[in-house]
This record gives sequence, C-alpha cells and structure tokens, in this order.
Amino acid sequence: MRALVRIASWLYALAVYGFIFLPVVVLVLFSLQATSFPIPPFTGPSLRWYDAVLADTRLTSALVNSLLVAALSSAVAVTLGFLSAWGFARFTLLGSALLRGLITLPLTVSYLIIGMGLLVLFNWAGVPKSLLAAGIGHVVINLPLCFAIIYSQMGDHQINIERAARDLGAPEWKVLLLVTVPVMAPAIFAGFFLSMTFSWDEFVISFLLTRFDTTLPVEIWNLLRSGLNPKTNAVGSLVFAVSIVLVVFFELMLLRRKPA
Amino acid sequence: MTAPLVDIRTVTHRFGQQTVLKNVSLKIEPGSYTILLGPSGSGKTTLLSILGGFVSPSEGKVLIRGEDCTTVPPAKRPTTTVFQDYALFPHMSVGGNVGFGLRMQGVDAATRAARAREALALVGLADAFDKKPHQLSGGQRQRVALARALVVEPAVLLLDEPLGALDLKLRRQMQDELKAIQKRVGTAFIHVTHDQEEAMALADHCVVMNDGRIEDEGPPERVYARPATRFSATFMGESTLMSGTVTAVKDGTITVAAQAGSFSLPGTLPTGTAVALAVRPEHLVLGPDGGAVRLGTAKVSDVVFQGSFKRVLAASEQDPALHVIARIPAAATVQPGDIVAVSCEAGDVILLTG
Repeated sequence: MRALVRIASWLYALAVYGFIFLPVVVLVLFSLQATSFPIPPFTGPSLRWYDAVLADTRLTSALVNSLLVAALSSAVAVTLGFLSAWGFARFTLLGSALLRGLITLPLTVSYLIIGMGLLVLFNWAGVPKSLLAAGIGHVVINLPLCFAIIYSQMGDHQINIERAARDLGAPEWKVLLLVTVPVMAPAIFAGFFLSMTFSWDEFVISFLLTRFDTTLPVEIWNLLRSGLNPKTNAVGSLVFAVSIVLVVFFELMLLRRKPA
Repeated sequence: MTAPLVDIRTVTHRFGQQTVLKNVSLKIEPGSYTILLGPSGSGKTTLLSILGGFVSPSEGKVLIRGEDCTTVPPAKRPTTTVFQDYALFPHMSVGGNVGFGLRMQGVDAATRAARAREALALVGLADAFDKKPHQLSGGQRQRVALARALVVEPAVLLLDEPLGALDLKLRRQMQDELKAIQKRVGTAFIHVTHDQEEAMALADHCVVMNDGRIEDEGPPERVYARPATRFSATFMGESTLMSGTVTAVKDGTITVAAQAGSFSLPGTLPTGTAVALAVRPEHLVLGPDGGAVRLGTAKVSDVVFQGSFKRVLAASEQDPALHVIARIPAAATVQPGDIVAVSCEAGDVILLTG
C-alpha cells in the first residue's frame, strides 16, 4: 500500500513537471532541427537556425534592446522600490497601510490595462512610442514587486544597526549607502533579477508602447506572423536560456541569506 | 563647583497617552560610572535614548558639556551607544566596524586602522581585526561594540543593558572588565540595567528608577545601606519590611509602634507619621541574644544553604504581614518549623517615609 502511494506520488510529480516543461523541451529540441519545419521527425542536431538568428540584425538589435530595457528599468524599479520600502519600514506615515496597499496594487492589475493606460497617458503628454516608454512601463509593473520583496526583508533587527551608524556620526545618505544597502543587498539583488526576468520576456506593454526599435518578444511575435520555423524555436530557446540565468541569480540572492 | 558633564533638567516624556518619564532631573559627573537601575517600564531605557538623541523629550532639557543638546541628532552629539543587541555592521570586518566612527569624521584609512587596533587591544581583541562579526562569540561581539563606541572618544558612553544577552558567568567577567576599561579610559559611562548586583558592582553613582521617576540616587553603598524610599529598599537588595506609626518624639529619638512591637529609633518625625521600617538580611539576628530592637518571634518556613551563609525565611507570629528574610552563618543550626526570636540593632533599622 505504502509503495503504491509512493509510486503514485512519483507519477504525479512526473505529470506536473512534464506538463510544465514538455513544451519547453519540444521548443528547444526543434530549435536544433536541421530541416525547415519544426515538426517531427527530428532531423538534427544542427545549429544552423541559431546561426540564422545571430545573422538577423533585426533580432540581434531587438535582443540588445531587450537587455538594455530590462537592465535599466530594473535598476530604476529596484532603486525606487528600495527607497519606498525603507520609508515605509522606518517612518510612521499617516495612512501608511493604505499607501502600502496602493503601491503594491499594480501587481493585481493586468499588463494590458497598465499598457493601455500608459499609452493614453503618453499620448496626452506627448511622449512618443519608444523603448523609453516601454522601459517606464516596465518600471510601473516591477516597482511593486521590488517593493514587496525588499519590504518583506526589512526587519526591525536592522533598526539598531542603522541607529549605530547614525550614532557614530553618519549622515542619513551614508547610513543608507554604507549600512542599509549592503545589509539589504540580497533582497535588493533578488528584486533586481526578478524584475529583469519579468521585463526580459514582457510582451504586451512593449508591444503597445514601442514602434520602430522594439524588444525581443515583440520581434519574435513579428516573426511568428510569417509562420512557424525553427528560427523562432532557436530565438525562443535563447530567451528561455537568459530567463533561466536571471532566475538562478534571483534564487541565489534570495536563498543565500547572510549568516546571522 | 565645576559644571556637570551631563545635566538633565526636568525631563518629561510621553509616548502617546502614556507618560514614561515624569519630571526627571539628573547630573552626571565627568569620569563617573553611572548606573540607571530599575525594573522594565521604569523609564530607564527611554532616559538613555534621550541622552543618545534617539528620542526627543516632550519637555525639559539635556545639556552635555554645558551645551543644550536636547534636539541635537545622535550623529552630532558627543555620545555613543553600546546597543543591547550590539548592532554591529554584519557586512564589515571587525576593523571596519571599529573604524566606522573615525571614517565618518574623515580620518584617513591608515590612522583609522591604527586607532581601531588600539581600541581592539583595549578590549582584549587585538587579533580580531580582520574577522567578521558572525565569526565572534557573544562576549567578543560585545567587546567590539564597546571598542567601536569608545574609539571616537565620546564625552559620554551610553550602554543599554550591555550584559543582558550574556550568560551569568560571562556577565560577571565582562562586568569586571567594563569597570577596568572605564577606569583606564576615564570616559563617563552611563549604563542601564535591571540587575541590582551589576549595579552594585559597577556604579560610582547609582540611580534607582521606578515608574518614570528617580526614586533614589547616590553611591551604591549609601543606596544599599540607607535607601531613600520603600521601592529602593526592595529593588536594591532584599529587606524585611514592616509598617508602623510614629507615636512619640523626644530628643532626636522617635518611638515607632508596629504590630510586632514598639521601637525607639534615632529620628525626628512628627507624631502620627506613617513609616516603613526596613532591615537588611545580614543585620537581623535570630535567637535570644540579639540586638536592642526586638521584633518578636517568627516561625522559620525555609532555610536555604548558599555556601558561605544560610538564607532564612520566616513568618512573624505577631504580624502576619511581616516576612522575615535573614542571612545567618552557614554553621548555624536552624530548621524549618523552629520558633526564633528576631532582633537587630537600632542603627541598622532603615526608616522610610516614602
């Protein structure tokens, strides 16, 4: 009976992981296809479609754009998220709980709504569709996330550490820079890498807010409109690989807690 | 008379509806070791926070070296604090921690390192310079915190229950070292604790606090031998306490009537004053050949052998509210259930009106 339960639980785990990862495995497998269609039978392995991706300047420049937007928007989101987390954790504000709820609210709003809202706003304010506009959109979606991660790690035990720095003559900006930021570094990096992951494969907002220069997910969508071919698989695999790297960094930062 | 180093003038502090300090005034002399002693909630930690600049008092003033520091932020006042949880910077080496205050003053790296090493040597941690705080034991972290606070040469060093997190043996050892370090550097220390043994061992000046007020202050010997209030008598050491009323006054001698008997004591209080009498355990004599002040008889309820002496608890047969606590020689033969006569010398009775 116990063995049966064990086998069943293994089967269940297999089914769950299969469900999650099988599409990705298929995607990666057929990116190595030697012939022109990403359908069985598998004819590879071959790297010819990766060559094709790297030779396509539209894709490579979109890849650079994506990295740039991801890195810069995440840096802005994590900075603003950190400062607001610090403010909420260290100062008593009027309506603090309400404001905290408000700052995390965008997490529950769909990207489509945020994207449309920004589109209307930028139109009105005269900000043209561009990578900058998409970057601002990514700050809007990632700031609440960075705030939530950093705020959750900002405990009371650091209050005395900051007090000690102040007591020893540190002005407030040095307290932040020399004490709070290093002590919070794991959470700050975790927020940064998670933001990058989300920005890296974000489609809707980028699609709505960019025009000529665009990000990789939007470029892939353009590519898909002309039908499936192993090149889309190859570029998708590259996107996936970068995401994995970012997520691994995120996990490392969050799990490798400093020794007490 | 020279000006006091720290002059706390009529400080009152409220947290919301609650008044935690009530019109407290206190002067601290240069080079002294002051202990703020009191139970939790007595306001002692709030007073320390006000001295450190972390809390601004609702009313009153704090002068340090004659300057009004009431609203000066911690960074700008000549005080440093040793926090209860040490509050070391976990991402910096021990040397970086100790040198932090000098770094904030703009001292160059070489001088900083040299002075940090000196300060570490002072607290007996010369070889810990390159270690990280998490590699140190509790007692060692405590010393690093002390070195970090002392290296900037503050006018006053504030210690917030610095020994609270250490085990008893280490606490007594650190206690001796704290005193030795204080004498060596000559900085005024203000130390908050609820441990009366710590207070007696360390203080030059002992301040007993209760319910937001200073109950008593003075040298610990005086506070112990002649406490000013009933609270001070019970918090600083143990006492046998009884209530009585002054029934007669004559030539510097008063007669106090209590339930256990009537005593003649030196004093000049008006007739009818309600007083409390306290006697320290070591001054009580059990047995027929006692002192002049007879406290009736008591039934022994407990005898605890404590090595060099025996601690005896007994209940008075005349006054059910009177609990006798006595300290008798280890060789004495007293058993629970014995009925003994209790007495003491008139000079050892502490007369309390508060």
